[in-house]
Amino acid sequence: MLQSFKMALKSIWGNKMRSFLTMLGIIIGVASVIILVSIVNGYMSYMTESFASMGVNQITVNYRSLPSRTIDVEEFYEFYEENQDLFQGMTPSVSVSATVKHGSDTMDATTVGGYSEDQLSIKGYELSCGRNLLYSDMASRQKVAVVGAYVASELFGSPEKALGEKIKLNGDNYTVVGVVEQQTESAADFDDGCTDDFVWIPYSRAAKIARNAVISNYTFTSYDINDTDACTAALEEFLYSKMKNDDLYSVTAMSSLMDTLNDQIAMMSMMLGGIAGISLLVAGVGVMNIMLVSVTERTREIGIRKALGAKKRVILQQFVIEAAVTSTIGGLAGILLGSLASVGIGMLMGIDAPPTVSAVLVSFSVSVGIGLVFGYMPASRAAGLNPIDALRSE
Amino acid sequence: MEKNTSAGKIPLIQLKDIYKIYQMGDEEVRASDGISLTIEKGEFVAIVGKSGSGKSTLMNIIGALDVPTEGEYLLDGQDVSDMTDNQLAQIRNTMIGFVFQQYNLLPKLNLLENVELPLLYAGMDPWDRRERAMESLERVGLKEKWRNFPKQLSGGQQQRVSIARALAGNPSLILADEPTGALDSKTGREVLDFLKKLNREGNTIVMITHDSSIALEAERVVRIIDGRINFDGDVKEYAAII
Repeated sequence: MLQSFKMALKSIWGNKMRSFLTMLGIIIGVASVIILVSIVNGYMSYMTESFASMGVNQITVNYRSLPSRTIDVEEFYEFYEENQDLFQGMTPSVSVSATVKHGSDTMDATTVGGYSEDQLSIKGYELSCGRNLLYSDMASRQKVAVVGAYVASELFGSPEKALGEKIKLNGDNYTVVGVVEQQTESAADFDDGCTDDFVWIPYSRAAKIARNAVISNYTFTSYDINDTDACTAALEEFLYSKMKNDDLYSVTAMSSLMDTLNDQIAMMSMMLGGIAGISLLVAGVGVMNIMLVSVTERTREIGIRKALGAKKRVILQQFVIEAAVTSTIGGLAGILLGSLASVGIGMLMGIDAPPTVSAVLVSFSVSVGIGLVFGYMPASRAAGLNPIDALRSE
Repeated sequence: MEKNTSAGKIPLIQLKDIYKIYQMGDEEVRASDGISLTIEKGEFVAIVGKSGSGKSTLMNIIGALDVPTEGEYLLDGQDVSDMTDNQLAQIRNTMIGFVFQQYNLLPKLNLLENVELPLLYAGMDPWDRRERAMESLERVGLKEKWRNFPKQLSGGQQQRVSIARALAGNPSLILADEPTGALDSKTGREVLDFLKKLNREGNTIVMITHDSSIALEAERVVRIIDGRINFDGDVKEYAAII
């Protein structure tokens, strides 16, 4: 056994080019499986994270009122209060088309909207200074505003300086009571229309500006992402009881978008896995090919060895060990290359793509398995050769 | 012949009515057509015949590389005619030393490793193996070159290495197939002299050749024509008829 092992090593070393070509197939196969799986995994978790930061527990409601049938804000609040166990927060959402002004400064791209005091927690933001909107602001339709960091820094220089200052919306003055922490990470993105370019005012005030008696958009949040189905069902039941027609409203859970995304990613990774699997198989066929060539090329050697008294088992051992050692070395090199490449490509793509243990294990064992199986077939042919025929070959 | 007088002892080779029949399409080829031959220990026999005469088939059977279709082959008393592949491998390994026309050394192994091969397959431990192989190389005068590879040697030297390999296992029979076929006449002469020397030291040698002048170097000549023995006798009688 030890002798066969030594002989196999000697033969691999003695035929460096051939052994390297065999290994190359395995290396490419293993590395591509690891790279593909790691990149897809890394991308998947990146997508999931960015979706989660957008608020996966959000459910948005949109309905169209009829003159005969309508739901006012109080009814939504009643429903919300009755289902406190399901919902964490709720806000009406009124978009206002208004330009933000301060003195001679004008901001065109700023998003202005009317919300309840829950908007801050629904978005998952924190205040950098000042106070949030209050329930009392809603009730009394106060002219107060919570602004994004970009608005504060553009109009007043810093969040602290913005507090207590007035901004003008459609001719009315609003007092800035709070500034939200900066959300955009890079300075390059901190520009007109960015995530931080917004003004929130009480929804009751906004409805008045928009001259809307009815507020038709709401955002709810569930306590847990797993409760979103129950929340959606409760909302649909409530809306149907009021509207009696399910064409008049829509309820959309962010988590269902996420499910769709996950389905797509799963399909993509299966497809890529298939491609990677095929490349492994091709690597295996490559090993078999080289082993077959090697047996043919070495028929004379096998003949000599058999004439000198090598038994069938010994020849078989030598060739199988050769295949095993070749594919193991190739597999290890493939793991190394694949791991380095997936980390490198991940860095280029700006995602975290560490090689997964399962990809490493599966690709390695499959490649070594293929190497053994495809190495065994020509090896058993070699071992079965008649020494006379083998000696006669040139 | 004083060597053939050991009547009580078992002959080394006993072939009894050996047939080797190949089926070539519809045609039946009788490569051995009823050959009976006895060779005693210590003889130097040349088997001579033209190509296609069946001498190679006979060599394969004597060398335990092949089994006859019919007939009995006793090698040192053991019936080899219906052995399995593994048993034949064992016989070749322990009882027969081959010397081939093309030397048949493994090019990727050095001289020592080449000579060690039969000992390796015999399962000898590394130190004994090395010692025996070195002794064997010393006998053919190539001990100093043990690290060299076959390609670095001349044809005559390579043939001496293959003789060393044949001797290493201390076999009962040295089977030489056209041992001078690939050599010029001078080095061929040296190899023949070396075989003669081995014979004088007590080794049994069977040499296969197509060349009658080389057959004359042996003590006894067996001529094969069309798968049958046409002549079997002392080298002097053979010299008289050619």
